[in-house]
Amino acid sequence: MADPIILRCRLNGTPKTELIAPNRSLLDFLREDLGYTGSKHGCDVGDCGACTVRIDGAPTLSCITLAASVEGKSLQTIEGVAGSEPTLVQQCFHEHVAAQCGYCTPGIVLVLEALFEEQADPSEEAIAEVLGSNICRCTGYTKILSAAIDARERRNGRPAKPPTPTFARDL
Amino acid sequence: MSEKTSAKIDGLDKITGRAQFTDDMTRPGMLHGAFLRSPHAHARILSIDTAPALAMEGVHAVLLGEDLPVNYGVIPVAMDEHALAIDKVRFVGEEVACVAAVDRATAIRASRAIVVEYEVLEAVLSIEDAMNKDKPLLHEGKRKASNVLRRVRQRYGDADAGFEAADVILEAEYDYPGSTHVPLETQVALAEVTADGLLTLFSSTQIPHYLHRILGRVLERRMQDIRVVKPHVGAGYGGKSDPFANELCAAALAIRTGRPIKIILDREEVFYAHRGRHRTKMWLKMGITREGKITAADFKAWAEGGAYASYGVVTAYYFGVFLPLPYVLDNWRFETHRCYTNHPPCGPKRGHGAIQPRFALEQHLDRLALEIGMSPAKLRSINSVQPDTETSNGLRITSVALNECIDAVVKASGFEDKVGKMPPNRGIGIAASAYMCGALHAIYASELPQSAVQICADRSGRIAIFSGTADIGQGSNHMLAQIVADTVGIQPKDCRVLEADTDFTPVDLGSYSSRVTFFAGNAAVRAAEKLKAAMEETLCKRWEVESVRFEDGQVHGGVNADGEPIVASFAQAVEWAEQEHGTLGFTGYYTPPKIGSRFRRQSVGPSPAYSFTAQVAEVEVDPETGMVKVVDVWCAHDCGKALNPVIVEGQLEGCVYMGVGEAILEDHNFTGPMSRRGPLHKSASILEYKIPTLHETPRIHSILVESMDKEGPRGAKEAGEGPQLPTVPAIANAIFDAVGVRLETAPFTPDRVLTAIERKARKDAKEAR
Repeated sequence: MADPIILRCRLNGTPKTELIAPNRSLLDFLREDLGYTGSKHGCDVGDCGACTVRIDGAPTLSCITLAASVEGKSLQTIEGVAGSEPTLVQQCFHEHVAAQCGYCTPGIVLVLEALFEEQADPSEEAIAEVLGSNICRCTGYTKILSAAIDARERRNGRPAKPPTPTFARDL
Repeated sequence: MSEKTSAKIDGLDKITGRAQFTDDMTRPGMLHGAFLRSPHAHARILSIDTAPALAMEGVHAVLLGEDLPVNYGVIPVAMDEHALAIDKVRFVGEEVACVAAVDRATAIRASRAIVVEYEVLEAVLSIEDAMNKDKPLLHEGKRKASNVLRRVRQRYGDADAGFEAADVILEAEYDYPGSTHVPLETQVALAEVTADGLLTLFSSTQIPHYLHRILGRVLERRMQDIRVVKPHVGAGYGGKSDPFANELCAAALAIRTGRPIKIILDREEVFYAHRGRHRTKMWLKMGITREGKITAADFKAWAEGGAYASYGVVTAYYFGVFLPLPYVLDNWRFETHRCYTNHPPCGPKRGHGAIQPRFALEQHLDRLALEIGMSPAKLRSINSVQPDTETSNGLRITSVALNECIDAVVKASGFEDKVGKMPPNRGIGIAASAYMCGALHAIYASELPQSAVQICADRSGRIAIFSGTADIGQGSNHMLAQIVADTVGIQPKDCRVLEADTDFTPVDLGSYSSRVTFFAGNAAVRAAEKLKAAMEETLCKRWEVESVRFEDGQVHGGVNADGEPIVASFAQAVEWAEQEHGTLGFTGYYTPPKIGSRFRRQSVGPSPAYSFTAQVAEVEVDPETGMVKVVDVWCAHDCGKALNPVIVEGQLEGCVYMGVGEAILEDHNFTGPMSRRGPLHKSASILEYKIPTLHETPRIHSILVESMDKEGPRGAKEAGEGPQLPTVPAIANAIFDAVGVRLETAPFTPDRVLTAIERKARKDAKEAR
């Protein structure tokens, strides 16, 4: 086995200096070496998006990224998204029940946080476009999309779009 | 202050990444396991040499089939599995050995160092192979020398007379593909033995209770020395309803090595663990009168089940039992077969056993509607089962709102104005269904309660709820909290749910057969009503009032002589009640009603209630490529009562989504016998096994229909499986409406659709000449 190397990066704003194996994946580094288990193993080959973290702001599949490649960079995981309060995206996910099993949710939240940092008021198509990178097997994406749209409306000062279930008797 | 919110009690934990799944757990000194799997579909194991693996640094133990010789299976009548293969392997990917090592990479390397000598046997790879008596047996030494696990034949009324009475009779064959669940979390188990001799298994399971029993059986260990805990589960859809080799081997290796051990399946391995939908060939003959009354049906089905039984006996029954529902059918018969083949074992996937017959029957109804010139929506309405009746096969029907569902989707989609009238290559289709709200009978013969809930009210005003249910993402924890909270007028978030820990929670049979809301919900209602009654008694005495009202975290007793409101906080009321009654701990349980049947051997299929669904799908077909785009799906579901409408909608959306995947993309298939590399999985990865992303998912319009079932908890019925049943046939019917081709084989892939379009064009041209 190759000798360990020193990795210096920022994780959720905190500087980290860690000794890692050069072939360590970023996902294993986060989960196993540091105990940040919010990012998940889903496929380990970059197909599903459950391992998504942000590197210098960009959503990235940590399962196919070498930990060594984040030297000097800034990482954000799901653990670093909420402060003492959930973010607006997270609050909207909560209110829309956009997390069923919740396994894909951290990755999807990070993708949306990145989108909203880049575009203040993205179109529904733009939101759908970025969500295409992550698989959710529970929700049919319906509540994820409605939560994202609600977050967009609220962050732009427009009225909230809470979930509004349809009953047959109201048709 | 009232906060009306649908948000789940465990929602924020999941959304902020705090929720702990089994793979998120670790233990000091924890080992990791890995499997050596069979490269052959059918072979005799001649010898296994584990020495090269054991000699590797970091390897602690190697487990073989002979170490766990006790057979098991989730269904007691078909216990044909072992934790690791003994003597024979029966599918590519079957577990042969399990290595425990210091880390996973070492365990995988060591597993590959094990040398196994095989004698390759002829493989049984199709339904035709399985029905062929000249082919080798998968399971030797059984009472019946056959690769058919179970054949079920039943007849009701007089099918021949029914066909006599028909004006139109149609028969056709249908072929439904295999598909698999693909929960994003793979199977994971972590086992540890503590110094007091307690074996604890944490696992991503839907069935903690059955797993507990099987562990006791296979490990030959007292059940009170085994504890099964289900942490958060990254979904199941039926795929985690069997005991798995990783669970049994983790437990056995923890005992053997004295070290905690985790065994996680990688994504490819989940395709071998499978337990998904059975590939099924079907033949259906139905008769109908000019007025649209269904008079008779004859149905045959052959399911390709893979190497082990799993729930396959149940599948063979469900195929028949759920064929007619949601319609009245008095004269009919069926014959179904569940076969063994040398492929990964099939099992229960969302809508278990009912998806395939729906695919056949709902397309058949559309063809018959065309024959008699009736609207397919109306044809379904006029044949609907009626509330408080009994079906010809002895199912007790209680609440039914099928016609409300049909009317709702017809209205919302504009079905009648669109069908047959859409622009070229666009089409619309309808289908309907019914599903059970929990199997009436437990998997093992027992008249004990099938679900129990224990609650304890604390002086803080918090209520602790203990339940053996397995929340796998469907929201059953929230369901329990909401039922208890609503009963005593507090918020669900002021309840804590401790679930799925066999040491601490009362029994529940598990998350399968859409049973949890109905069974555990009723148990929760009963526990909560006892708490409420005790508190009412105390408060009525104390305040000298006739009745009290629980609302908004307070208890109200009307007004006193001075006209001032009589009110106390819920926490205060708990204290007063505790003074009188002692600790406020109560239990509730649910045992389904005894519903007799006129028919022999009909313990599989009956349920205390049935849910009903109607769906309309609108599609766009590209006639040049054969690509089908499902644009919209309207789904109206009779869920009895929507306890939490947003969560119920989520179940409908998930069902439609999974149906769309099965309709247009998913095919759990293998290379054929002619392949030089043998019968390998064609697509054992998420990249190759196509599941819908957001871009393949239609707009889903959920419509909730409430029939208020008189036995359901607060009127509720299931919503997690039934809504998947109509999706695939509704899409098939929409494709017919769009391009005039009848797709009897799913999924509706571009090549299949294009071939059908071209065949139709040739036939049309020939007829024109």
